[in-house]
Amino acid sequence: MNTQKKVNELLNESGCEHNQQKKGEKKNKSCTQQAQPGAAQGGCAFDGAMIALVPITDAAHLVHGPIACAGNSWGSRGSLSSGPQLYKMGFTTDMTENDVIFGGEKKLYKAILEIHQRYNPTAVFVYATCVTALIGDDINAVCKAAAEKIGTPVVPVIAPGFIGSKNLGNRFGGEALLDYVVGTAEPEFTTPYDINLIGEYNIAGEMWGVLPLFEKLGIRVLSKITGDARYEEIRYAHRAKLNVMICSRALLNMARKMEEQYGIPYIEESFYGIDDINRCLRNVAAKLGESLRDSSASRDLQERTEKLIAEETAALDIALAPYRARLKGKRVVLYTGGVKSWSIISAAKDLGIEVVATSTRKSTEEDKAKIKRLLGTEGMMLEKGNAQELLRLVKDTNADMLIAGGRNQYTALKARIPFLDINQERHHPYAGYVGMLEMARELYEALYSPIWDQIRKPAPWDEEAGTLNNFMSADEMFSASIEEVF
Amino acid sequence: MAIVTVPEKSVAVNPLKQSQALGASLAFLGLKGMIPLFHGSQGCTAFAKVVLVRHFREAIPLATTAMTEVTTILGGEENVEQALLTLVEKAKPEIIGLCTTGLTETRGDDIERFLKDIRDRHRELDHIPVIFAPTPDFKGALQDGFATAVESIVKEIPQAGGIRSEQVTILAGSAFTPGDLQEIKEIVTAFGLEPIFVPDLGASLDGHLEDNYTPVTGSGTSVKQLRQVGCSAFTIALGESMRGAAKILDERFNIPYEVFGELTGLEAVDEFLQALSILSSNPVPEKYRRQRRQLQDAMLDTHFYFGAKRVSLALEPDLLWGTVRFLQSMGTQIHAAVTTTRSPLLEKLPIKSVTIGDLEDFEELAVGSDLLIGNSNVGAIAKRLSIPLYRLGLPIYDRLGNGLFTKVGYRGTMELLFGIGNLFLEAEEERVKHFFGDV
Repeated sequence: MNTQKKVNELLNESGCEHNQQKKGEKKNKSCTQQAQPGAAQGGCAFDGAMIALVPITDAAHLVHGPIACAGNSWGSRGSLSSGPQLYKMGFTTDMTENDVIFGGEKKLYKAILEIHQRYNPTAVFVYATCVTALIGDDINAVCKAAAEKIGTPVVPVIAPGFIGSKNLGNRFGGEALLDYVVGTAEPEFTTPYDINLIGEYNIAGEMWGVLPLFEKLGIRVLSKITGDARYEEIRYAHRAKLNVMICSRALLNMARKMEEQYGIPYIEESFYGIDDINRCLRNVAAKLGESLRDSSASRDLQERTEKLIAEETAALDIALAPYRARLKGKRVVLYTGGVKSWSIISAAKDLGIEVVATSTRKSTEEDKAKIKRLLGTEGMMLEKGNAQELLRLVKDTNADMLIAGGRNQYTALKARIPFLDINQERHHPYAGYVGMLEMARELYEALYSPIWDQIRKPAPWDEEAGTLNNFMSADEMFSASIEEVF
Repeated sequence: MAIVTVPEKSVAVNPLKQSQALGASLAFLGLKGMIPLFHGSQGCTAFAKVVLVRHFREAIPLATTAMTEVTTILGGEENVEQALLTLVEKAKPEIIGLCTTGLTETRGDDIERFLKDIRDRHRELDHIPVIFAPTPDFKGALQDGFATAVESIVKEIPQAGGIRSEQVTILAGSAFTPGDLQEIKEIVTAFGLEPIFVPDLGASLDGHLEDNYTPVTGSGTSVKQLRQVGCSAFTIALGESMRGAAKILDERFNIPYEVFGELTGLEAVDEFLQALSILSSNPVPEKYRRQRRQLQDAMLDTHFYFGAKRVSLALEPDLLWGTVRFLQSMGTQIHAAVTTTRSPLLEKLPIKSVTIGDLEDFEELAVGSDLLIGNSNVGAIAKRLSIPLYRLGLPIYDRLGNGLFTKVGYRGTMELLFGIGNLFLEAEEERVKHFFGDV
């Protein structure tokens, strides 16, 4: 069972910059603060653990709990697979009142056996939920017994919703991989150019825009953790020469512990925006170069990287030119969390878009410094955000559009504000050079849609009303924090 | 007539069922100035919110008591209290709907006592009704939660008063879309009756732009209207699951009621209009006489495609009942039926058997049918089996206009007829192409 000790350890992830600023008042509490009743809106730890692990496509993901946990949520993630589709199936023990009273262990054991028999997965991930944690089902023991019986790995993921936020759940997902999966098999061969991608979930097939770049450089992505991953590749992740964390500190515990246990160094990178993807490729080449004994091979890798960057950037410049002309000088408000704040700003700047305000929720001090540099003197930084604040901010800054996660989509649209979804439910990949072009196209289409004039125009018989000016005037708006978790 | 089977298995694969609390919150969203509050951990609310936002493509107000491991052990009273106070202060709701979840039901929080004690401590809550719906995840399904919420509403809010002869209460179950309710409102009003809908999703989730941002539902049935429900001359219950609520009104205020299982199909709509005509002592308006002729014409045009087709359905009981009856009225055969929860309707279904199960059961049973009917999650099955899918139920992620989709009345029946008919027509053309493709 998980203990408070584990929760505390993960909340105080030492690799996380949130926790490196513990000087007096600067102590960043964003991970440890608890959700407020009547205010919190984000997902739970169980949700976070599922997000981190469900992209493993050939495994069965079994939710041990009553129907809400799986029934209300399965199949809604945008993580794509190039092969197996098993991860898209919703498996749950669908606990009844009887199971709650008499315990769900037997049902869970049978459920694992049935899944094995009918779907023959490479592995079964079993997720605890609030109810099964509360009634004290020993999920670890059941998984162990079932694994022995079926001869297939059964991995317990003990992150019931009530232990904390989605972010914490992500880390528990990572812990499950460290405890049960990583290091349990060996790759057929290794190369000096093996890396792992950590924290990239292949939302909308985003990763597929980036993998060819590594391939062209002769860099092998040994394990994808976890976008479009197969169970087997995660088992031998410990043989990589470098861990590349993508745009998320959610699985930082994995990167840090793999450094401790297997001596794999890690770097934190982003695939969004031309500058960032360029920097990412350079950093990966440089870091891998360090571990190469042969200095000419290292130099060769750097040169190949520069050549690739030059080619890709030149081609992209040509493709982006018509969009840049139309996007230049547009003003956007950005509402995201953490690292994405600055990585999207950098992407926007590439397109000539001015980010007039951004949230800095979940951003570390280092992130904030980067944001400040990118925003310039006039840009506003929003510590706390909610629907009301957002609408007011768009109005005050005279912004042309809002870029945020899907949960704020209708807040913006209902206020007749152009919107771009950058969160995980979206259908468009924005990573890498191809993603940059996609994003430019989406931004252009959102901003220049002919609908905006029409929906903002009062009816001819209603000319005087001027209803839109009343829009932000309501002070009685919800000021609870709307949490977007990435 | 149908044999109800429940497959014996320990794992539900690709659940069709959603939680009761999700259903209860859907019902609550049909009340004006409402914010539904889930007493559970924050994920319970987040999942339900995502489902509703994606289905309706609307901002959905939902709040959570954000239970943690510690508050679960100590009891959730403080969380309920804090959530209520925060909501009242920040969102200024006119009414709050409180649902439980698996977590707090397992723990056994005594919500009724909580509410009484909290009200004693905070007089500032006096003016705000809090409707409590017990909705454990480990029992029932969306439809049950919806019904529970409506029952709680009519138990708590309506007050006795002089009967107003024109006023009817319409209890609208979870099988009806906002578009359905608008159509029903138009029909009922056309007879000179004054309907009060409990709840009225037709007003709140029909996808209209409001002038101002609001953290609670902008429209729907108001608390004032709910109070007047005790003065209605009659109750019309739409969907068998609304019978319980209709009975409560009968017991409390002696209001007679009638349950209409479905309002789709010529005969069902005929019966409804006839009842309204008797109730109001007004003749059926010319508009609907015209629509009736249009529907008859549509039935003639489309019956070639419906006759002898085999359809498999995965729907909640009330919606299953209405859809089966309609399809059979067009000469269509029911190949398989899967549903989520128990209902007295299931045994009465004029088919051989119905399964209370999941989409894995459905995938097995549906092999060999000409059409599937179910929510978006059936999409993958439709692809695997190469059978066209007509989307009904919830959630529907991959189609636009779910709020306004209408299947009731003569007009709605035509919409359904053409929608399904076009799928059959397309499949037939495909088949012809396939046979003669090489020529």
